[in-house]
Amino acid sequence: MQPLLEARRLGVTFEVAAGLFRRALPLQALEDVSFAVDAGETLGIVGESGSGKSTLARAVLQLTKVTAGDVIWRGQSMGALDAARLRATRRELQPVFQDPRSSLDPRMTIGEGVAEPLSVTGATRDREDERVIRALERVGLSAALRHRYPHELSGGQCQRAAIARALVSNPALLVCDEPVSALDVSVQAQIINLLRTLRDQLGLAMLFVSHNLAVVRYVSSRIMVLYLGRVMETAPNSELYARPLHPYTRALLAAIPDPFKPRGDLRTAVTRADPPSAFNRPSGCEFRTRCPFAIGLCAEQRPPLEEVEQGRWVACHRWREVAGLPPVQNG
Amino acid sequence: MSDVAALALPEAPSRRGLWFDAWRRLGQRRTGIVCLVVLAALAALAIVGPFISPYDADTPDWRAVAVPPGLTDGHWFGTDRLGRDLFVRTLDGLRISLLIGLAATAISLLIGVTWGALAGFVGGRTDALMMRFVDILYSLPFLFFVIVLTVLFGRSPILLFVAIGAVGWLTMARIVRGQAMVLRRREFVEAAIAMGVSTPAIVWRHIVPNALGPVIIYATLTIPQLILYESFLSFLGLGVQEPLASLGSLVAQGAAEMESAPWMLLLPAGALVLMLVCFNFLGDALRDALDPQSHG
Amino acid sequence: MADALVIRGLEVRFTVPGGEVPAVSNVDLDIRPGECLGVVGESGSGKSQLFLAILGLLAANGRAAGSVRFGEIELLSCTTRELNEVRGSRIGMVLQDPMSSLTPHHRVGDQVAEVLKFHRGLDDAAAQARARQLFERVRIGDASRRLRQYPHELSGGMRQRVLLAIALACEPQILIADEPTSALDVTVQADIVDLLCEVHRESGTAVVLISHDLGVVADIAQRTIVLYAGRVVEDARTRELLSSPRHRYSAALVRSIPRLDDAVGSELATITGQPPDLVTAITGCAFAPRCTAATVECAHVVPAMSRDAHGRLFACHHPVNAQ
Repeated sequence: MQPLLEARRLGVTFEVAAGLFRRALPLQALEDVSFAVDAGETLGIVGESGSGKSTLARAVLQLTKVTAGDVIWRGQSMGALDAARLRATRRELQPVFQDPRSSLDPRMTIGEGVAEPLSVTGATRDREDERVIRALERVGLSAALRHRYPHELSGGQCQRAAIARALVSNPALLVCDEPVSALDVSVQAQIINLLRTLRDQLGLAMLFVSHNLAVVRYVSSRIMVLYLGRVMETAPNSELYARPLHPYTRALLAAIPDPFKPRGDLRTAVTRADPPSAFNRPSGCEFRTRCPFAIGLCAEQRPPLEEVEQGRWVACHRWREVAGLPPVQNG
Repeated sequence: MSDVAALALPEAPSRRGLWFDAWRRLGQRRTGIVCLVVLAALAALAIVGPFISPYDADTPDWRAVAVPPGLTDGHWFGTDRLGRDLFVRTLDGLRISLLIGLAATAISLLIGVTWGALAGFVGGRTDALMMRFVDILYSLPFLFFVIVLTVLFGRSPILLFVAIGAVGWLTMARIVRGQAMVLRRREFVEAAIAMGVSTPAIVWRHIVPNALGPVIIYATLTIPQLILYESFLSFLGLGVQEPLASLGSLVAQGAAEMESAPWMLLLPAGALVLMLVCFNFLGDALRDALDPQSHG
Repeated sequence: MADALVIRGLEVRFTVPGGEVPAVSNVDLDIRPGECLGVVGESGSGKSQLFLAILGLLAANGRAAGSVRFGEIELLSCTTRELNEVRGSRIGMVLQDPMSSLTPHHRVGDQVAEVLKFHRGLDDAAAQARARQLFERVRIGDASRRLRQYPHELSGGMRQRVLLAIALACEPQILIADEPTSALDVTVQADIVDLLCEVHRESGTAVVLISHDLGVVADIAQRTIVLYAGRVVEDARTRELLSSPRHRYSAALVRSIPRLDDAVGSELATITGQPPDLVTAITGCAFAPRCTAATVECAHVVPAMSRDAHGRLFACHHPVNAQ
């Protein structure tokens, strides 16, 4: 059973202008990232700003050029597709972006916006209206809203409309790039539940990118942690939280504010140090400058990403010690 | 608590689009409305006027040569050196100037918006090539260009259109290209790309409507500019030919008679200035009304 | 001797086509010297407008009424000049969007120095030196280099710190931080909240932290008020608010905080529906349409503030029973 979406040693390098007469500097946004997503499965991708998680989402959507490795959809390399086949493939891979207001065209009504993916496949006019209404109802918006404009709706409603737009062409996979980060916490919960319901009802696969580990766990079956463009750890949902194997994962978990517990120290110790610049990568393991477990070896040799247990990958020299620690008390 | 519950909303779907809001804001600005009314009146007069007056534009009235304006005998604006009624000729000139201005602006809009939107959206080499072409045209001395064309093809209204149109679209293209480059980065455009919408569809559906604000404003400012170009050409004798009159040629004729029969200059010139001022004020008011920052 | 901020009967109304929007209604609030207060509410609850009104920063179509006394001064009847003395100098505010709060074409060091020159009359050299000190205080590493950078060269967390430095430059008695952590990574959030705590502890500055996220506020606020549709619905010590909220909305908010020890695959508790549109007049309790315990009384009578045995304030006809 081949996976729906696969990334093989994906790399994205940007050229950043450095001045009039100097050569452009390469910025490695993603390096050597591999994963597979089966039909109906949700992969959560977690990392801070600069981790490359948004670049990853964009690379999968073919919005950003892939400079190394490959994105493979249903066994076929997306980079090798011609324009027509690529368009057909895009119908199956729909995006949900972070800012609900700017992901909808302010000059189009909600109905027109939601119907747009249908124009690619050439559905006829009245079927179109039917499908738009159905999509809106699926996301909990009344059909009357399709005559409104985005600025008349709240942030949460706009995001629902964006999700409706992503659903209208019956995709197989949703690529969600921080879909709830721009929303109030109470609305976040509604949208997360909506995504879960849709996933269960429609058998959708999902790529869920977020900087918030607390949110990702409600939607994902597996989670991948990125740091400076590389994979640090990949694990099934429950295990990542119960027994993280990478120090960075532990730091992220500790940083989640939990109002019911007193504030701890691990969070501040790690986060106090600034993340290194992507231009000036530390030698060996990139995380060592902020890692409480760093040893000499970490500066000399970059730890390879290895499958150390069934379904659990980690890139750390000292993962065994990390595994032995008590569970993270966050807060 | 199930999340997928229909959310209650007030019933009547209102079409309160951004254009409607802009229209409402325009209505709040007195200058804009006044200018719009004046322009509409001028246009109406230009169309209807010749039917009101007992005279026509070509027939000389030998009994009334170079007569000053007055309410007697129907020559309300007076007559020119050949006895032709100035009222009708002024209105004719107004009509022709307006027509040329509007038509030339429409053409430059069409070319300029398409050119700029495509260049800005596609970017890269195509953009560079397209805009270098614009730069080259920009550096052509307009007048020499027209003179050369006139020498090669003789004088004709079509030539006038081509000459004016060739120049008018350049700035429009630059403006729209700038807008397109910004819009290209907006998430709804990226979403459209990710959905597989074709480039022409994206440009037509997303880029152009969102760039229209500055385009409309610039268009209302282009109309008077092009009318002035045409008037200048006609003033120099390169534009509209006799017996047709444009405001520019009327001004040229009036300038020759300035000392003895000032009305021949002042009345057509006045009409020209009134029209240009109204367009410019209207453009200003439109800019305020369409300014996205003054929303809500 | 620091002054208390005493707010009584504050109303903020905006004139829009279609009527008036009462963004804030009938708010009574005390901010005591050196206190750390949390203000929680969704978008549209009035939490930002409340403090913008105090500092005279409302948009052109907004009007504030009521009384806001800061020591001896009645802020709502101050002239712009008098307000300028207070703003930035005795009350500092960090607004919501760091990118638009900083001038893009001035170096950040100059923006900090500007405040010092205006309020404290320092000359350029002294102002720059003090700016450097402030940068170090808000934990911006490599301060000398950062002073000379432009806002777009800094990360979100960095910009937030610069804004804090500006707000703290004149050692205000009250620091108001409006959503200082939204749009920031979780790790950076933690750091900023830490910083605010430190400021509060070390200099005795009263801190007001406005957020839609109860989790963020709970970390540092001793006392928290909850706003809904422009009214204060609960005012209590944070610990008690979290362990036993009285108002139904507060209770729902507390329940919807994601918990890491929830079972995997469980659903997030949500509050159905969305906050009311304030343009249409609301009768009775604004939360009633979304409240599971609402009765006919709730739909018709606005609940008054009551005080319980522990000194907590809440406005609810059918509050959750105290433990």
